[in-house]
Amino acid sequence: MKKLWELFIIFAKIGAFTFGGGYAMLSLLQKEIVDNHKWATEEELLDYYAIAQCTPGIIAVNTATFVGAKQKGIPGGIFATLGLLFPSIVIITIIAAFITHFLEYTIVRHILGGIRAAVAVLIINSVITMGKKSVVDIICLLIAIASFLLSLIFSASPILIVVAAAALGLILRHGGAKK
Amino acid sequence: MIFKTFALLAFEFFKTGLFAIGGGLATVPFLREIAAKYTWFTTDMLSDMIAVSESTPGAIGINMATYAGFSAGFGDGGLAAGILGGIIATLSLAAPSIIIILMLSGAYQKFKSNPLVANAFYAIRPAVTGMIAAVAVTLIESALLTSDFTFAWSELLKLINIKAVILFALLAAATNIKPLKKLHPIVFIVFAGICGAVFNM
Repeated sequence: MKKLWELFIIFAKIGAFTFGGGYAMLSLLQKEIVDNHKWATEEELLDYYAIAQCTPGIIAVNTATFVGAKQKGIPGGIFATLGLLFPSIVIITIIAAFITHFLEYTIVRHILGGIRAAVAVLIINSVITMGKKSVVDIICLLIAIASFLLSLIFSASPILIVVAAAALGLILRHGGAKK
Repeated sequence: MIFKTFALLAFEFFKTGLFAIGGGLATVPFLREIAAKYTWFTTDMLSDMIAVSESTPGAIGINMATYAGFSAGFGDGGLAAGILGGIIATLSLAAPSIIIILMLSGAYQKFKSNPLVANAFYAIRPAVTGMIAAVAVTLIESALLTSDFTFAWSELLKLINIKAVILFALLAAATNIKPLKKLHPIVFIVFAGICGAVFNM
């Protein structure tokens, strides 16, 4: 029970400070889930993101369920996800009910302007950390560059990229699995 | 009547959670459909809901579900119904994800050291890194460039938000030098928010 509560609290903390969508929460996940609690490795986090991309639903929810389930099975997955949802429900309900002109306040726009700069820095750092773990050879580097260009310039579907990469991995490393 | 609204909310958002694949913005087409089908919120309100959801903490898709559910319940039965509507829509949106991932997570733990699966993930991981790098570019753009800019060579300098660039550089240094880089990301986010308020960013 203590572990379930901990999952709820940690994911509520992550949810409360995620600005800019599921990808932007990466730096918080790395700090809390990988560094502080060691509930997953960097590689596992990348795998969760890959699977979350290709399965229905919100990426952040999928990732939370994954981390929670690894720790405490079904209840773990549910508590982690409820934790992630909790701040959203509270904050959005308050705004929808009482602060209908939320975005018209200049102070809100200024604060968000500052936060966007931090989010940009944090995601760059996350990409560098992830790159060190995932780009282990020249083939990986080429895959990473191709995927970057495909998503940025051609807005290619993430599912397509993940499936194509999986196929490449299977073909290129056929027979010679290195753990 | 309110119970009918709740049941419909649960149904519509479960459906959205089940069929929207990708990021939170993948739910927008579904929300458009809901706006057209029911009297819960209009398409105009939807653009406000997206803007607020992008500017508040939490995943965008989750925030939009809470907002839409609140609007639906509120319109039908006031504040209490709004609160309940927001909770119902949000939980319904998350439910398919939870079910599907719970089924997959056991399989992942079991098969991740299987050579075939390991080979696939060997190539998937850099691909995901590349995708996240692409998202990073768009986030840097929205952080450092001014949004209300019409292109003209003479005005090029106004394209860049100088205050944001300074804060960006400062934070980039701080998050990579020894004692400071150990700080929690939340510290940097709060610091940046305060800077934004103080320096009118």
